[in-house]
Amino acid sequence: MAQIWKLLKSAPPTAVFGMVVIVLYIFIAVFGPMLTPYGESEIVGSQFIPRGEQGFILGTDNLGRDMLTRLIYGARNTIGIAFVTTCLAFLIGGVLGLLATTLGGWADQLLGRLVDVLMAIPILIFALLILTITGTSVPVLILVIAVLDSTRVFRLARSVSMNIVVLDFVEAARLRGEGTWWIITREILPNSMPPLVAEFGLRFCFVFLFISALSFLGLGIQPPTADWGSMVRDNATLITYGDITPLLPAAAIALLTVGVNFVVDWFLHKTSGIRDDK
Amino acid sequence: MANILKMVAQRLTLGLLTLFVVSLIIFLGVELLPGDFAQEILGQSATPETVAAFRRELGLDLPAHTRYLDWLGGIFQGDFGKSFASGRDVSDLIGGRLLNTLFLAAVAAAISVPVAMALGILAALYRNTIFDRTINVFTLTSISFPDFFVAYILILFLSVSWNIFPSISNVSSDLGFWQHVYRVILPALTLTLVIIAHMMRMTRAAIINLLASPYIEMAMLKGISRSRIVTHHALPNALAPIINVIVINLAFLVVGVVVVEVVFVYPGLGQLLVDSVSKRDIPVVQASCLIFAATYILLNLTADVLSILTNPRLLHPK
Repeated sequence: MAQIWKLLKSAPPTAVFGMVVIVLYIFIAVFGPMLTPYGESEIVGSQFIPRGEQGFILGTDNLGRDMLTRLIYGARNTIGIAFVTTCLAFLIGGVLGLLATTLGGWADQLLGRLVDVLMAIPILIFALLILTITGTSVPVLILVIAVLDSTRVFRLARSVSMNIVVLDFVEAARLRGEGTWWIITREILPNSMPPLVAEFGLRFCFVFLFISALSFLGLGIQPPTADWGSMVRDNATLITYGDITPLLPAAAIALLTVGVNFVVDWFLHKTSGIRDDK
Repeated sequence: MANILKMVAQRLTLGLLTLFVVSLIIFLGVELLPGDFAQEILGQSATPETVAAFRRELGLDLPAHTRYLDWLGGIFQGDFGKSFASGRDVSDLIGGRLLNTLFLAAVAAAISVPVAMALGILAALYRNTIFDRTINVFTLTSISFPDFFVAYILILFLSVSWNIFPSISNVSSDLGFWQHVYRVILPALTLTLVIIAHMMRMTRAAIINLLASPYIEMAMLKGISRSRIVTHHALPNALAPIINVIVINLAFLVVGVVVVEVVFVYPGLGQLLVDSVSKRDIPVVQASCLIFAATYILLNLTADVLSILTNPRLLHPK
C-alpha cells in the first residue's frame, strides 16, 4: 500500500491529471443513474432550452431531453461499449498472437498472412462494409470492431512474445513436457505484460474514438441510447448559433482520451527502464 | 541495380495480390454474412414470388463466382453496376464525388506537409526548449481529439464567431478554382490538424536520430552553425523516412475524409459511402469501399517502393 502511494506521488502532473480524469469518469459511469433525477431518454421540457434556464444546468437537446442526464448516461454506454470491445479485441488478438509464436511454423504463417490482408483495408472502410450487411446493433458493433482491432493486438503480441519464446526458460518448460497453454499463460504472458498493458490503453482510446465516430455518422450506437458521438450529431445545428452545448459531449470524449494517453505515456516511461536524471 | 528492381517488382506483385484479395473480400463479404438481402429490402410482407423476382432482377440468383467475375470485369470497363436505392449507374454517382474528395485531400496535403516538415525541423533545431515542449503537448492532444470535435471547434471560431470561412462546403462544378479552395478550407484545416501531429513528430525524431551520428559531430567541430547542420547535413539523410511517413499519412488522409465530409456536408465519396451504408445500398458501398481500399493500398505501396528507392545502401550493393 505504502509502495503504491509512493509510486503515485512520484507521478508527473500530467499522469496525475490523467488518473483523476479516469477515476472521475469511472465514478460517473458506475453511479450515473443516482446522479440525476431524470431518465435516460425522458422528455423533460421543450426543445433546445438554453443552458442554466428552467433548472436545466446544460439545457435540453433536440427532443427536449435533459442534456446533463444524457451526458451522464452517455459515459456509461460509450465507455462501457468501448471497454468491452477492447477486452474482446485483446482476448482474440492476444491469444492468437501468443499462440502463433508458441506454435510457430504454418500456424504462424497462416495467421500472419490473414492479418496482413485484413490490415490492408482501412478499419473504418471495413467496418462500414460489414455494417451495411449486418445492420447496426450493439453486439454486432462490438464484435466487428473487436475482430478488426484484434489484428493490431495480434501484431504486437506476436512481436513481443517473439523475443521471449526463444529464451531458455521457455525451452526448459518445453523439455519438461508442459503443454502449449501452460507455456503461454505461465511463461510468455507474464513476461510480455508491460507493453500489452500500455497497448491496452492506446487501443482503448482508438476504439473509443472509433465508436464515437461511427455513432456520429449515425452508424454506431442507435437512439434512444444516450451516446456522446450521436449527441454531437443530434445537436450540431446549435453550433451555427454560436452555442457550445453540442461540443460538450465531444469535449468529454477528448478529455478521456487525453487522460488515458497521459497515463499510458507515464506507464511506458516507468516500465521501459528510462530513469529520470535525479 | 538489378537487386533493387527485383525488390520493387516483388513489392508491386504483392500489392496487386493484396488488391485482388481485398476485392474478393469486399465482394464475398456480402455473400458470407447472414441475412437475405432481397428480403430485407422488400420488407417482411413481401411474398416469396416478389422476392424471387427481385433477386432475378438484381442478378442475385446467379452463382457467386459468376457474379464476382462479372463485377470485376465491369470495374475494368468503368462499370460498377447499378445502385439498389436509386437505380442509377454507380459510376455516375461516384465520378464527380471522387474528384471532390481527391481535391479536398490534395488541399489538405498541400497545407499539412510543408507545415509539418517546418515544425518538425524547428522542433529538432530547438530541442528541449519551451517551443519544442509546446509543440509536443499540442500534438499529443490533437491526436487524442475526435475529428468532429476539431471540425466543430474550427466552425465555432472561424465560421460562427468571426465569419471568415463558410461552415458548409457546398461546391458545384461551375465554381472557379480559388472559390473551390475557399469553400474547402475548413475541412482541409481539420484534416491538417488531425494528421499533422504524426508527420511532425516523425520528422523531428528522424532528424534528432541523425544528430547523434559522427559526421554531424564533425560538422559541429568544424564550427558550422546549428541551423545549417540541420538543413544541409541532417535533412537530406532524413528525407527517406520522412517521405515514408508523409505518404502513409496521405493514405490515412484518404480515409479520414469520411467523417470530415459529413460534418461539412461536402459532396465527396465519403459522404456517399455513409449515406449508402445507412440505406444499405450494397453496390454503391462495394464500389466506394473498393476505391478507398485501393487508394489506401496504392499509397502504402508507394511508401514501400519509395523507401526502397531512396535508400542509397540498396543502390550500391557491396
